[in-house]
Amino acid sequence: MTRSGYRIWLLSLSLAAATLGSIIYATGMGHIVVPGGDIVRVIAARITANPALLGGMDPVFPFVVFEVRLPRILTATLVGGGLAMSGVIYQGILLNPLADPYTLGVSSGAAFGAALALLANLSMMGHFSVPMFAFVGAALTLLVVLYLSSFNGQISANTLILSGVIVGAILAAGISFLKYLADEQVAVIIFWLMGSFASRTWLDVGVVAGAVLCGLVLSLYYARDLNILSLGNRSADTLGVESTRVRWLLLLGASLVTAVCVSVSGIIGFIGLIVPHLMRFLVGPDNRKLLPVSILAGALLLLVADTVTRAVLPVEVPIGVLTALIGGPFFCVIFRKRQRRAA
Amino acid sequence: MIPANGFVLAGVGFSYGTTPALVDLDIALKPGKFYGIVGPNGCGKTTFLDLLTGCKNPGQGSVSFMDRPVADYRRRDLARLVALVPQDFAIDFAFTVQEAVLMGRHPHIGRFASPAAEDWRQVEAAMSAIGISHFKDRFVNELSGGEKQRVVVARALAQDTQYLLFDEATSSLDVQYTMQIFNVTRNLVREEGRTVIAVIHNLNLAAAYCDEIIFMQGGKVAASGPTDTVLEATMIQKVFGVESRVAFDDFSNTQQISFRYWS
Repeated sequence: MTRSGYRIWLLSLSLAAATLGSIIYATGMGHIVVPGGDIVRVIAARITANPALLGGMDPVFPFVVFEVRLPRILTATLVGGGLAMSGVIYQGILLNPLADPYTLGVSSGAAFGAALALLANLSMMGHFSVPMFAFVGAALTLLVVLYLSSFNGQISANTLILSGVIVGAILAAGISFLKYLADEQVAVIIFWLMGSFASRTWLDVGVVAGAVLCGLVLSLYYARDLNILSLGNRSADTLGVESTRVRWLLLLGASLVTAVCVSVSGIIGFIGLIVPHLMRFLVGPDNRKLLPVSILAGALLLLVADTVTRAVLPVEVPIGVLTALIGGPFFCVIFRKRQRRAA
Repeated sequence: MIPANGFVLAGVGFSYGTTPALVDLDIALKPGKFYGIVGPNGCGKTTFLDLLTGCKNPGQGSVSFMDRPVADYRRRDLARLVALVPQDFAIDFAFTVQEAVLMGRHPHIGRFASPAAEDWRQVEAAMSAIGISHFKDRFVNELSGGEKQRVVVARALAQDTQYLLFDEATSSLDVQYTMQIFNVTRNLVREEGRTVIAVIHNLNLAAAYCDEIIFMQGGKVAASGPTDTVLEATMIQKVFGVESRVAFDDFSNTQQISFRYWS
């Protein structure tokens, strides 16, 4: 397997092109079919603030494209990238290729917060009360897990995973209890837990974009340190990495990106696990290459999955269920192949 | 120019929770020597190295390096002066051997810079000194324990530091590769005036290669000094509780220890 720079660039460029193309293509798909040319014109009209570009078009197209589909599609794309990025970071820090953004129980915290908001029918912040509660739940969980696993300011991979599992288990029981209390409202909670991008707004796009961008800058800045961290504490320290600081920063960054993603979309599994894995087969474990490639691939994958459930399937299947149903078996196949090759 | 002072430990103590690991340590390690640290399992040898590298801070007392407290160094600056071959070297990611050795250059390469010609030269030299060049494209997670250990030693050599710390660096190696690594490091001490501080379990290796030996027992220094004077049967009896005889061996041209295995 070669890992030349040429190959990385080719892969990144094709992934970026495929993502952009898919965004345009997916925007045209759905109950009302919008031709590609019209999509480009609607976007161009918005950017240039020139309504003349909309001439001769079905007057419903601009609304469908700009207010309904693009926010949803862009949110899905960004969440896919964000989850894949967090997956890469978690796997590097927890020294475990099987870690994912939910290993530390962030998703359970978000789910608990969201379930609480849904159950109490809280609507003081309107549309945002559920995402806000989800985010607060995720953030609080993260703090508890970090508190449990840190000792003298140091955190180790094993205690992190263990604390995450324990806190996650407690929260899972809490969620079950909330579901039990919810009675006929239980469907709303269950549906939220399975994830959806329906009725996302431009504000969602903005929030996720901001989080993912911050995460990207942080993770690329420390990408080489993250490589070294995978050698373990002592090696990283003696190779000149401020390992405690870098680990805290990256862990917080990745967890906050995950929390933001979960709060707008519910719990979407497998993207954060599978994408970094697949990309590692293609480009190797160097995080400087793995991060950008994984973000693009995660974005593309979740966009495609969301488009399938929105516009291809006769009924909208929850996106979290779809990614697990497709991603799970796919992962099994790859995993078996690897095992056989290694044996 | 080599500063007169290497590591100086004064009144150093360290505890894991309430369990003391090191107690009231006073010792100075001078540059240009090959130090061997010997002692029974769990006597604080690894903790001792952790204090030298700044991986742990002493609970009591002070550890200084080149007349400055170790804690005052930025990790990156310290990593250009001190390299460590740790005991645990598991790695679950498929870096190639060459990539892993190149990580030894991390403290020498700027954050967004690419490795310079000098970095590649150091990597090549380290790999060829340890004899791992022929498998430089294999993945480290697929190597045997001994091969991995040699990669980690090469990484420490590529780091190109005045001080090399070995924590059982040859524990998984056969006699051929053990001697190869000890010969390479001994030459670094003899010819380039570098300093090696090695935790060694095999007393005969310590006798053959070390200028000075530090006996540790129960978190304290039981004895330290030139190998010829410190390495005695009575000391071995005291620290390890085994009977032995220390005598000059013509064939190996050094002091060697024979043990009474059963009686």
